[in-house]
Amino acid sequence: MDADLLQFVLFAGLLVALAVPLGAYMAATFAGDVRFLAPVERALLSAAGPAAEKPQRWTGYALALLAFNAAGFALLYLILLFQDRLPLNPQGFPGLSPHLAFNTAMSFVTNTNWQSYGGETTLSNFSQMVGLTTQNFVSAASGMAVAAAVARGFATRQGKTLGNFWVDLTRATLYILLPAALGLALVFAYCGLPQTLAGAFDATTLEGARQTLALGPVASQIAIKQLGTNGGGFFNVNSAHPFENPTAITNLLSTLAILALPAGFCFTYGRMVGDRRQGRALFAAMALLFLAGFAALYASEQAGNPLQAGLVDAGAGNMEGKEVRFGILGSTLWAAATTAASNGSVNAMHDSFTPLGGLVAMLNIQLGEVVFGGVGVGLTGMLLFVILAVFLAGLMVGRTPEYLGKKIEAREVKLAALTLLVMPLGALILPALAIAAGTAQSSVQDAGPHGLSELLYAYSSATGNNGSAFAGFSANTVWHNTFLGLAMMLGRFGYIIPILAIAGSLAAKKAAPPTAGTFPTHGALFVALLLATILIVGALTFLPVLALGPLAEHVSLLAGRTF
Amino acid sequence: MNTALRPALVLLGLFTALTGIAYPLAVTGIAQLSFPTAANGSPVTVGGRVVGSALIGQSFTSERYFHGRPSATTGADPADPAKSVEDPYNAASSTGSNFGPSSAVLAEAVKVRVAALGGGPVPADLVTASASGLDPDISPAAAALQVARVAKARGLPEDEVRALVNRSILGRSFGVLGEPRVNVLALNLALDDLKR
Repeated sequence: MDADLLQFVLFAGLLVALAVPLGAYMAATFAGDVRFLAPVERALLSAAGPAAEKPQRWTGYALALLAFNAAGFALLYLILLFQDRLPLNPQGFPGLSPHLAFNTAMSFVTNTNWQSYGGETTLSNFSQMVGLTTQNFVSAASGMAVAAAVARGFATRQGKTLGNFWVDLTRATLYILLPAALGLALVFAYCGLPQTLAGAFDATTLEGARQTLALGPVASQIAIKQLGTNGGGFFNVNSAHPFENPTAITNLLSTLAILALPAGFCFTYGRMVGDRRQGRALFAAMALLFLAGFAALYASEQAGNPLQAGLVDAGAGNMEGKEVRFGILGSTLWAAATTAASNGSVNAMHDSFTPLGGLVAMLNIQLGEVVFGGVGVGLTGMLLFVILAVFLAGLMVGRTPEYLGKKIEAREVKLAALTLLVMPLGALILPALAIAAGTAQSSVQDAGPHGLSELLYAYSSATGNNGSAFAGFSANTVWHNTFLGLAMMLGRFGYIIPILAIAGSLAAKKAAPPTAGTFPTHGALFVALLLATILIVGALTFLPVLALGPLAEHVSLLAGRTF
Repeated sequence: MNTALRPALVLLGLFTALTGIAYPLAVTGIAQLSFPTAANGSPVTVGGRVVGSALIGQSFTSERYFHGRPSATTGADPADPAKSVEDPYNAASSTGSNFGPSSAVLAEAVKVRVAALGGGPVPADLVTASASGLDPDISPAAAALQVARVAKARGLPEDEVRALVNRSILGRSFGVLGEPRVNVLALNLALDDLKR
């Protein structure tokens, strides 16, 4: 117990110690003040042509992002479809089915990294490296670019442009993701993550059986999967696999890597808008939500499965689907981080969590991935709630709401409210459709309320661009690959386009200096209002269905009922 | 659209070369030169024969060995490759059980495993399937529980085996991180060394 507390305190301290300087560094990068790879940057941008020079309005910025993501989708789709005809396929895997290739390509382009595929049993090294690793970088960089553009829009005194997407994309990749991934990958390889072009090696076990051990270029992919809030593992069980996460040290580094950049973006934002208190307020709101989620997850898993009372040692916790080297703390801290940060990598099987533990993981996603969230997009998701919160505050006092000196008017509030429809559409309507069609029932593994939880988790994860799963759910069917793919697209661009539009419209407004009547957006009162807005929206939307899934399962378990 | 198309294609191509090819190959090159054992899956060799990986669990069923955790991995049925059968510690196809907490199958499986160990309460890790199906470790308590059985099967004094288990306990990293545990393959290799 005390050891667990010590580990958590160490983690939290290291996270803040990393996030603050990283935030400053990222702000400098997007301002163009980081130049140590300037020749490479110049070469890349000049190859891209004249479009990569001029500042863009929000429409041009969004169009560039869409074009880049569409091209990335097409390339990845083709690589996956035809991996059998491409090199570096030591196991001789066949090409993916069109629906699985669609799902996987969408999954990686939208920074979701949902795994309908089975990693070591499906994908060639070429697909993992050239296909997936590339998107791990550039989908993350796309999200970071959006955050930079939005911060500029909010900060600009009065203007029309948000920066240049190609420049932001290039800088995010070159100066932030690539050096960080290179360093982390080498540490990982030193700690035991394989890094080879071979596909597997054979061993004869002590009892004389043959064991084939799959491996490959693991370390390089895992480093960026954590840093870029991607989460798509090399292996089927993701970071629970001892080759992806062999020790408590790699586990700590990974958990930190999951949250470092998203948390850092709060501070980047504060610097970019020229008022660091704004960034700290957002960080405080996120940290409080994270703490609450983690505490509930930890308590629930530590309490264990009531059905096993008397059968297993008291105090051992719920160990089904967890690894001994991580224990309850290492598993639940990771689960809280990965669902908060839209990362989606797992080091324990969320499907086997206690009902309330699973509920927290799901709710973290359903809140819209704003508790740190994906790199860049987590911050912009939070800004949408900020706009709603200042709007609500304005309603209460009967004054036109303002944020950073800019008037928040009908257009911005409408756009922000529009994004509130994204999660219910993807995570409630689409599962309902699957139930009506009967495709949900045929894919769930568990009977009873847990089956509903599996379905809900899948569509929440896809729409929230998280990528973790209640993995008993058989998602690799034509129906689910298609609809989950569409949910990922909706959950990515359904937020990005409106927030860029808001940034564009705010950029055009004149910033007014604060007056005595201005509602400050950096104090504790605002943080409380922001939290209330997030929780009320999340609770109103999802409480009814959570009652039918995890809550019903919890009550059944207490009554000793199995399914 | 045309203004966006050229940079999209050019930068996608260049970033693919940089992050999808140069980056993983650079990491591969450095890792293979600097720490080849780790980079190649930490294989364990005994008398020139690869017996497994230090990081990956393997199936032990003999009374003479300490057993690892239940594993939910499956493999192709040798009789009919289209079907899959239980294949614990299949390191080419990792998976957990993914049973929900209220699953009747899970509840029954735990009961059967506990009964096989002579009744509860027993260490939880010994009767629950790991996340990966390849967990190399068990808790010190789970190892202690097996001392009597292994000592009897080997005709060794229990104290000697217990002392070996205690020597094999891996503590928390830096005294803080992770959980105390015993690597089952390492313990069993040490056990085989005892008799010599």
